[in-house]
Amino acid sequence: MKITPQEIAHVASLARLHMSQEEAGAMAQQLDEILTYVAKLNELDTEGIIPTTHAISIVNAFREDEVKPSLSRDEALANGPGQNGEAFVVPRVI
Amino acid sequence: MSLHGLTIHELREMLAQRQVSAVELTRDVLHRIEKVEDKVKAYITLDPEGAIEQAEAADIKLKEGTGGPLCGIPLSIKDVLCTAGMPTTCGSRMLENFIPPYNATSVMKLKEAGGVLLGKVAMDEFAMGSTSENCAFGPPKNPWNTEYICGGSSGGSAASVAADECIASLGTDTGGSIRQPASHCGVVGLKPTYGRVSRYGLVAFASSLDQIGPLTKDVTDCALMMNVISGYDVKDSTSVNQQVPDFRKALTEGLQGMKVGIPKEYFSKGLDPEVEKAVQQSINILREIGAETVEVSLPHTDYCVAVYYIIAPAEASSNLARYDGVRYGFRDKSSDTLLDMYKNSRSQGLGAEVKRRIIIGTYGLSSGYYDAYYKKASQVRTLITEDFKEVFKTCDLLASPVTPTPAWKLGEKADDPLSVYLSDILTISANLAGIPGISVPCGFSGAGLPIGLQIQGAHFQEEKLLKAAYNLEQRLNISQLRTEYL
Repeated sequence: MKITPQEIAHVASLARLHMSQEEAGAMAQQLDEILTYVAKLNELDTEGIIPTTHAISIVNAFREDEVKPSLSRDEALANGPGQNGEAFVVPRVI
Repeated sequence: MSLHGLTIHELREMLAQRQVSAVELTRDVLHRIEKVEDKVKAYITLDPEGAIEQAEAADIKLKEGTGGPLCGIPLSIKDVLCTAGMPTTCGSRMLENFIPPYNATSVMKLKEAGGVLLGKVAMDEFAMGSTSENCAFGPPKNPWNTEYICGGSSGGSAASVAADECIASLGTDTGGSIRQPASHCGVVGLKPTYGRVSRYGLVAFASSLDQIGPLTKDVTDCALMMNVISGYDVKDSTSVNQQVPDFRKALTEGLQGMKVGIPKEYFSKGLDPEVEKAVQQSINILREIGAETVEVSLPHTDYCVAVYYIIAPAEASSNLARYDGVRYGFRDKSSDTLLDMYKNSRSQGLGAEVKRRIIIGTYGLSSGYYDAYYKKASQVRTLITEDFKEVFKTCDLLASPVTPTPAWKLGEKADDPLSVYLSDILTISANLAGIPGISVPCGFSGAGLPIGLQIQGAHFQEEKLLKAAYNLEQRLNISQLRTEYL
């Protein structure tokens, strides 16, 4: 077993997901299978190989810092599940 | 043949010569949808009134002779591309009520070209899947046999094109999500070079792999769609400032002098004999019509699925952090604290496969595992990319199967995520390396399900892909088979 239900619960918490014990158990099993499979990468010696982050790298995609029209506040708030016309409203933080 | 069965290039002529109006054409396609949609279930959102309005506007332009290259052509759009004023769900409960305030650049370009947007088509939730069964609103079905998957994640795009529920569609491809459903549904699907088409307004899954491309009834239509959607966009800092050719121009050139590599790793064990036969037959045809073929090796092919299923979920876990119930999407209104609201909203709004990938991605990026998983995978990604660079020093193109098997039955692999992941083995490398790949119909299985040939090329060599695909299509004449089978 590469990964335990306890580890799944920890990772789920990092990812802001609830996971019941049952779900964590099933997820651990599936993840274990997947992680066993991806462990085949260890067959390869990658010492000194530069990691690829983008297949086509564009260096310094700069643009002029100009003010341009963008979404109005009403448009930006339109999809908010909780809002008061001025801001998004969320449950208390502390 | 009825109007809905025709292609963009056929209809363009008829519309320009006023043999048919855009409204007549749109009505015909809407009738077709009414007739077959119960069986196919390709659409999540359909906008008949809006489509007729767009068609009326197109008719005015056609009369004036000022219509763009897609003027009056009814199109469907994968529900992961933002459409201003029209719901964009990503196949997820999370975004069930999300109405974007702006258009994706690719959608904007289709509209500016005169395209008539019919609606939004089904997909695996957030494009995560290879069968479209992960769609929260029910899976689309394969029009050739509705007991079978249509592939994914752009399943609704492929199904809507194959079933003549639109004339062409736009999909996205992160690990094969255009090419694989195109292959399973017997239509043409092109994943362009990374950076060729702007990703602005594409709801992100894995940003270094995602690319938008067309699904069409034939290769000529694919070229016409590429002409419209390609090009640099200041709003996408990863789009590449590269000249866009007229993709249709190269089609009719012959294949003399073209060297096509046959990667031996793509024909390894697990390849269905019917798929192998259809693909070999097409390779023989390419040879007969002038191409030279040569066996080549891409030695790291066997590692691509492992690399992909670390990198794509890692990027997804970061991209999908935005679904927290604050600015858009589903919110659990019963939560008393902010943290509970995040957790409850995400847990209720996201489906099982999406959660699985968020967990894999978070795990692979988390402290203590980053080097072993994400860094290692990114290094092997370099090796895979170098394989292609090496091969394209001597070859123009690569020909291979798209998928190891034809489509399977709905529900057949529902409990076995790894086996579904492995079905992407022949398409994933192109995304990791950023190269273009096309699926073109090349035959049928004994059960009557379509099989596609994949042609891949070096960065920005879409013209060569399209040329080879077009020449093959002319010889096989397979698009003609795609008639009224529903």
